[in-house]
Amino acid sequence: MPTDMLIRRLLPLAAGALGALVPAASHGAGEDQGAHGVHIERQDWTFGGFGGQFEAAQLQRGFQIYKDVCVACHGLKRVYFRNLAQPGGPEFPEQAVKALAADWPNKVVDGPDDSGKMFERPAKLFDPILGPFRNDQEARAAQNGALPPDLSVIAKARNPDYTGPFWAHPFSMLRDVATGYQEGGPNYILALLTGYADKVPEGVKLADGMYYNVAFPGRQIAMPPPLAKDNFIKYQDGSGSLDQNARDVAAFLAWAADPSLNDRKRIGWLVMIYLAVTTVLLYLGKRRIWANVEH
Amino acid sequence: MEHHTSSYEPKTRRARWWDERLPVARLMHGQFIDFPTPRNLNYLWTFGAILTFVLAAQIATGVVLAMHYQPSGAGAFDSIEHIRRDVNYGWMIRSFHAVGGSMFFLAVYIHLFRALYYGSYKAPREVLWIIGVLIFAVMMATAFIGYALPWGQMSFWAVTVITNLFSALNEVIPGLGTVVVEWLWGGYAVSGTTLNRFYSLHYLLPFVIVGLVILHIWALHVVGQNNPTGLEIKTRSDWVPMYPQAVAKDSVGLFAFLILFAWFVFYLPDYLGHADNYIEANPLVTPPHIVPEWYFLPFYAILRAIPSKLGGVVAMFGSIAILVFVPWLDTSRVRSAKYRPVYRWFFWLLVITCLALGYLGAKPPEGAYVYWARVFTAYYFVHFLVVMPVVGILETPKALPKSITDAVLGGAGAPKTAAAAPERR
Repeated sequence: MPTDMLIRRLLPLAAGALGALVPAASHGAGEDQGAHGVHIERQDWTFGGFGGQFEAAQLQRGFQIYKDVCVACHGLKRVYFRNLAQPGGPEFPEQAVKALAADWPNKVVDGPDDSGKMFERPAKLFDPILGPFRNDQEARAAQNGALPPDLSVIAKARNPDYTGPFWAHPFSMLRDVATGYQEGGPNYILALLTGYADKVPEGVKLADGMYYNVAFPGRQIAMPPPLAKDNFIKYQDGSGSLDQNARDVAAFLAWAADPSLNDRKRIGWLVMIYLAVTTVLLYLGKRRIWANVEH
Repeated sequence: MEHHTSSYEPKTRRARWWDERLPVARLMHGQFIDFPTPRNLNYLWTFGAILTFVLAAQIATGVVLAMHYQPSGAGAFDSIEHIRRDVNYGWMIRSFHAVGGSMFFLAVYIHLFRALYYGSYKAPREVLWIIGVLIFAVMMATAFIGYALPWGQMSFWAVTVITNLFSALNEVIPGLGTVVVEWLWGGYAVSGTTLNRFYSLHYLLPFVIVGLVILHIWALHVVGQNNPTGLEIKTRSDWVPMYPQAVAKDSVGLFAFLILFAWFVFYLPDYLGHADNYIEANPLVTPPHIVPEWYFLPFYAILRAIPSKLGGVVAMFGSIAILVFVPWLDTSRVRSAKYRPVYRWFFWLLVITCLALGYLGAKPPEGAYVYWARVFTAYYFVHFLVVMPVVGILETPKALPKSITDAVLGGAGAPKTAAAAPERR
């Protein structure tokens, strides 16, 4: 296809760089792609639509999943411990968050101290929530070349493609706009976490160190199943399931990516009502002003 | 309209003092209070006011964002997150600015198609129209470099693809393209240096737009507004003063538009952007599909429809440049498509063509998508180069009303009010 060639010619630099880095980049590239061409189910979320708000209890459960499972590889560096106590989030008590930060396994590198040396110290409220790896190279070295992405904005960095018939696409877009639908990211996270297949379908040959996942573009993912049907996290009240775990952590990551959602949607209503009322008043005023003028 | 004088009368001593030295109040009064506006304008004519508001709002939110943004390869992405998370109401200001870009283009496209439908580009409004096309071009440049600033994956790769287009100049003068591209980049690849200069330009160009907008409004106030009939204002009964009539209507239009604007700001802040732009820029990882923002998609489709790099670039820039010649390409004696039974259908075909090109621009350049992109690209140019001149000559327009007043009152009431100010009856 000539246009393909055109694009490729437009990116000589990238093509060259990619060509040289294929072994390292192929895993990483897989992690960094959106969900293309895979149908992802729409889910109901408490924070969905125009009246939606995060539910603190769900975010607390979701944080537990992150803390017990995800943090083994993934950081959350744009979220700070203090955020866990703020309104509109998991709303843990501040004392609990302080204790959590102090016990966080991944210490903060600070310094230099008076002797000019860097040192490690326990995290405090104002520190970011760090993953286990200091940098991407360390992460790749530990993960067979794959890079576990930071999860701070992952819920916004993933959005499943529309997969219906092309003529229905405008209607689907209009429906999303009219209903304020923006939950593609958490839908994808839930589908991915529950999308690992027990058995690889016949005829599919997995590359070395890869796992089969129906939600992942290309269906081969470097991330081992973090949760499983018979291996999930039990909550304090004893309940829990793979689906519940995945749902809660998806909601938690949606909050991590958009911590102002509760405020945004609440203020949004005031703004909409103000604008609607003003528009009606202006319209009535306009009618009066134009009452004598046929137009 | 050229002879329109201000009815301003200074009422206080201070006002008189100023009026004798710098008659700004007199100028504003003449241009924005008792300026004659056709009585038959519909709501499509409120988009000028809407666009003025959006430009001012973009500058206001942009100035605040610039206080918190860091234009460096290492800091840009994080500073946007800092604005979204830690700056007081930063999420709102940032959404307002990001959504504002889209709303600017939505409004400008409506404004532009309104002008095309009602023949607002025809004599004596050619200069007014050309300044409008210039504003559109500078807006596109501003939006494109603004999209680079969050320094996400789509930012980075959009900059890479579009700046690389200039290397097509190598096919004209060998070496020229490379020089231009390296000059744009500030190096041998897209980097933080490129981001830095883009940021500087993103702060500069909006003020260039302000200057052009002032000229645009000036030119408009010399020739006067077009209107749905395409007839000029002839008698006093054809027009009403801008204040309060036109201002009242503009306010309704503006606030109705703000409802849509606010809906996106508060409920769909990321809907109009691409998810990949929440992944930090990485020169080593190419996104599977590189797509521009929605408002550039038709032009992107044209770029990719031509199976030659130089040809694609020429077609893409040509699709905008061709608008400059529209006043002379349209040969019709009648301005408004309302009275052009044949051309009217071609106008809607052009609208469909632009929407279809927008859809195709979002699709990968393969198979049937390329075929249809070529078909619609062809029609886009045929419309301006063939349809406009030919239909203008061959078509028999419908009978025009005698005047704006006549059109409004259906001919019957015209004599009674012909000389009177319609708003005082």
